Parts: sequence; C-alpha cells; structure tokens
Amino acid sequence: MDFHLTREQEMVRKMYREFAENEVKPLAEELDEEERFPMETVEKMGKLGMMGIYFPKKYGGAGGDVLSYAMCVEELSKVCGTTGVIVSAHTSLCCAPIYEHGTEEQKMKYLPDLLSGKKIGAFGLTEPNAGTDASGQQTTAVKNENGDYVLNGSKCFITNGTVAGTIVVFAMTDQKAGNHGISAFIVESTFPGFSVGKKEKKMGIRGSSTCDLIFEDCVVPKENLLGKEGQGFKIAMQTLDGGRIGIAAQALGLGEGAIDEAVKYTQERVQFKKRLSQFQNTQFQLADMHTRMQAAQYLVYAAAMKKEKHEPYSVDAAMAKLFAAESASDVTRRAVQLFGGYGYTREYPVERMMRDAKITEIYEGTSEVQRMVISRALGVK
Amino acid sequence: MKIIVCVKQVPDTSGKVAVNPDGTLNRASMATITNPDDLNAVEAALTLKEQTGAEVVVVSMGPPPAEGMLREVIARGADRAVLVSAREFGGSDTYATSQILAAAINKIGVGEEDIVMCGRQAIDGDTAQVGPQIAEKLGLPQVSYAAEITKEGRTLTIKRMLEDGYMTIKVNTPCLITCIKELNAPRYMSVGGIFECYEKPYEVFDYNTLKDDPLIDSTTIGLKGSPTNIFKSFTPPQKGAGMMLEGADKDTCDKLAGILAAKHLI
Repeated sequence: MDFHLTREQEMVRKMYREFAENEVKPLAEELDEEERFPMETVEKMGKLGMMGIYFPKKYGGAGGDVLSYAMCVEELSKVCGTTGVIVSAHTSLCCAPIYEHGTEEQKMKYLPDLLSGKKIGAFGLTEPNAGTDASGQQTTAVKNENGDYVLNGSKCFITNGTVAGTIVVFAMTDQKAGNHGISAFIVESTFPGFSVGKKEKKMGIRGSSTCDLIFEDCVVPKENLLGKEGQGFKIAMQTLDGGRIGIAAQALGLGEGAIDEAVKYTQERVQFKKRLSQFQNTQFQLADMHTRMQAAQYLVYAAAMKKEKHEPYSVDAAMAKLFAAESASDVTRRAVQLFGGYGYTREYPVERMMRDAKITEIYEGTSEVQRMVISRALGVK
Repeated sequence: MKIIVCVKQVPDTSGKVAVNPDGTLNRASMATITNPDDLNAVEAALTLKEQTGAEVVVVSMGPPPAEGMLREVIARGADRAVLVSAREFGGSDTYATSQILAAAINKIGVGEEDIVMCGRQAIDGDTAQVGPQIAEKLGLPQVSYAAEITKEGRTLTIKRMLEDGYMTIKVNTPCLITCIKELNAPRYMSVGGIFECYEKPYEVFDYNTLKDDPLIDSTTIGLKGSPTNIFKSFTPPQKGAGMMLEGADKDTCDKLAGILAAKHLI
C-alpha cells in the first residue's frame, strides 16, 4: 500500500490547516458555549469548494477525491468537532446518496446548490423507535391520485436538521415488505407539511444543529423518489458506509487535536520544578496516544482510498470508525488527565474535545454495530 | 488585459532562522512560504481579474522546487505561471534579479493595458528594491506602497500608504505597482483550484530563453553581476507588543501624556 499523499492532497491539506487555524479555531469555544451553528463558516467553506470536495465539477463539485474529503473533516475536527460533523453529514449523508443514486435530472437540480454550500444537506433515517434497528421505520409514504407521495411521521437526532434545505428522507412505501418496503426521497425544507421539531441539547458537538423532523401530509413529488421504490434500506446502508468514513475522520481529528494541545501544554506547565513533558509518564502517555491516532489514520485513509477506487469498503469503514472513535474517546480523556484540573475547565479546549469525541462512538452506527459488521465479514454468526 | 505578478519563495521566518557561517541564510534547512506581501499583490491581481476578466500570469525566479509555490498561486486563481530558473542566475542580488525578471517580463510581454504587480518587499532580504528596479529596467511608471487600488479604463487610482500619511495618485497602464499588506486579505487556495493547478500552463524560462534580451549580460546577472556583498545576516530583535490606549476623552489623553512624560519624550 502506498502511504504517500499526492501533491494535490498535500496541498489541499495545507489549505485546510490554514483555514481551520484562521477561520474555525477562533470560533470553536463560542459555538460550543452558545450552541450556535456557524453559518458564516459554511458560507466560506462553500466558496472554497469544501462542501463538495469529491464530486465532479459538472455538478458544481471541486473535482477532488474521497481521501481529500476525509482529510478536510479531520483537519476541521482537530480544532472544532462541530464544524467537522457539519461537513461530514452534509457530504456523506446528503450529497453522496443523491450523486450515487439520483437520476441525471435530480443531480442537476439538487447538487449544484448543495456542493457550493448554498444549501445545507441532511439525512433523515433515525426515528424514536428505529435507531440501530433502522428497519423499524414508522414514517409512511403513500401515493396520492397524482402519483406523488404523501409523507407522515417524524425523524429524530437529525444532524444539520434546523438549517438543511435538502434532506434525504426514508419512509415506508410498503409496510408489509419489511426492509424491502422502505423508500428514499429527496425532500426540500420548503415543502408544505414539512417542519422542524425540537432541537436537542447535547453533551458535545453543541454548535451542530440536531433536531426532530416532522412530516404532516407532506407531499413529495414523484420525481423526488431517490432510486426505486423499496430500495431505501439498501441506499441507507450504503450511505452509512460512506458516512462512517466521515465520522471516523472526525474522531481522528478530535484525537489528534487533543494531542496537539497536550504536547503544547505539557511543555509549558511546571510542577516539582520540571516541565510536565520531562516526566516519563507524560512522554509515555503521549507516545501511546499518538500511536493510537496514527493507527486510526491509516485505517481511515485506507477506507477512503478504497471508496475512491470503487472497491468494497464497508468493513474497512466499520473498522476505521470503530477504532478511530474509541481511540478518540480514550485519547481525549487522557489529554484531560494530562492537563489536570485545568483540563476539566472550559478555559482549555480538551474538555470540549472529550465531550465531542463521545458521540463518534454512537452516531452513524454505534461501535456495537461496527463490531456486528466486522464479525459478520469474518463469517462469525 | 494581462496582470503579471512577481512572487518569491522565502524561508519561513516565523520559525527559527538558520544562518550559514558566512552570514548567508541557510535556506535548505528552513521551511519555505510564499512571501507575504507578494500574496497581497496576487490578491490585488485576482480582484482585478474578477472585475475585468484580465489574465493573471505569475512569475518567480528561483530553483526548480519553486514550482510548488507557483502551483499554489494558480490554485488561488492565477491562470498560468513562469519559473525563471538557471544556474547562470544563481546568487543574484536585487540588481541582478530585477535585470533577469525584467527580461522575463519582456518575454511574457507588457501590452498597453497590462499591469505588473509585486509585493513591497521580501521577508528574507527586506530591501523593497526589486519591484522599483524592474519598473526602471522596463521603463514603466511605478507606484509603490499601494494600500488601495481602483481601476477605470486605463487609469488606476492608487492610495499609497507612507510613514507619515497617504498619497493618492493616478497612473495609466502599463505600469508597475508594489503592494503592502494593508491592501487586502489574501484568499485561500480553493479545493477546485488545487485539483486543477497541475493542469494549467506552466513554463520554465532558462538562460537560453532569455539570453538574447539586451538586459541579460554576464556582467549584470548571477553572482558575478551582483554588486552587493553580504556583511552579516541576523534575526532582528523582537519588538515589544506596544501599548494601545483606546478612547478620545481627556482621561485617555492625560494617560498618554503621562506615559510620554515618564519616558522624558515630552
């Protein structure tokens, strides 16, 4: 395997770093404190092509590759987990399924605004009774006399929910058919009968908007069916495979960001007339933390490169997300420990990183789901 | 219309500055960046490009690895790049460099509506000489220290920022402008620009390309043609952050007067 980045990937990483340092890091604390969505940052990222990195220029994308997208989420998340997940959910969960499963008309209609960041994307699969068991969808889509679909039901925990203009939504078109009765739709937030419900108050990624979506006789035109009727579950699972690369990259960035902060702090803080970095405990802790995140990076990048080459990557994405998420939680927790009492205060960013990291073990497939995917690939039943 | 922007790859002096025993900079051991003032010139050119549709050509003199920097400028929005690179050009001081760059700009061609832009000065040499010298060699009117540029037809109105005030002057194209950091905030490279930048036109002008220009003479280029001798290189001492007093009231004025009196300045 070639672990070298191309010259374009090196260049794009440099650009993400400059952008993250100058435009994202200064806002991170405020977004967390005030639970504020960074609309101004999304606007800037849209202009720079960061909201449509790996999609063709024909649809308004930047013409990059999947690894360059993962690196973007990683670099943003090093300084702000909120900004990282906004890009991840928008790209992987909304732009990707429209690009991969949409008709040419759907792509031409929806992708240019999404990929330029003029509209933000979201993904509506989870329901109060359909979390890890996504097949338990209770939202229904019934055809009316015009052949259009009438959606009724609600979704919960929807990332980018309050700000999204375009949402990929899943609903039952045939309740008797189980998984095969689920269909996917492209829903615009302006459709009558669509509304945004309660906004969640979260432990971490507090600047990202997470909310309920409500459908009350919401009419979705028949041309907005994504894929064919009954293909929704397959589309959802394939979309989540890609989403896992994004969340794994978010976890990766959070862990790496915490190490950056800990390296800096332990070289400044003096106890017992020595810098903390001079104690072997600090050195060994940081060595272990860095090794874990480096291993996570290899897993994440390998999954991204497989997706780019259209090779099967579902298990790779599951392993990348499982390992990166659990490593991020471990590493951010250890970073707080290295900071001691100051790490527990909001004066330093590591407590925020620790809170942000926890969600990466839960959303877009819990760590337990990733273990199910991985063990099944081993033939363990 | 064409805008030719001169850029230089310089050592990143925000880190540690490495100096050779002979006093020259140890460039090989230092990370490189695009000279900051030159990025202001690039931004000014790209802004004019958006207003007028002008072509932006970026030119640099340096060793072959400077291609990476030129590609980055293309990724910000420039249309094509020229690297001026030859052993014969090595060791040039500002006099020789401006001689060679002027020849390269002649080769690219400066038309009636064209503009040449440079940063005020490079952070490694801090001379601010190359831009003005290029203008002299090319016989172009020059405006240095540009802090604001507006264009109407062939006339540019430029606000120059000087130590003791501003000066606004008008100049017609073709002309050369040197830009300062107050002029604008350089844009980032774009993702789309990065993935296209290696497909955009890129040329290398070597000694043979430029040798027929009357400016290129073995006595005026390279180390031999450089009258400058480096006496000593050093990192300037860090200045203190200074103190800002805010407010236009009597208390603030009294405080200011008190500080100045305490230092025996008034």
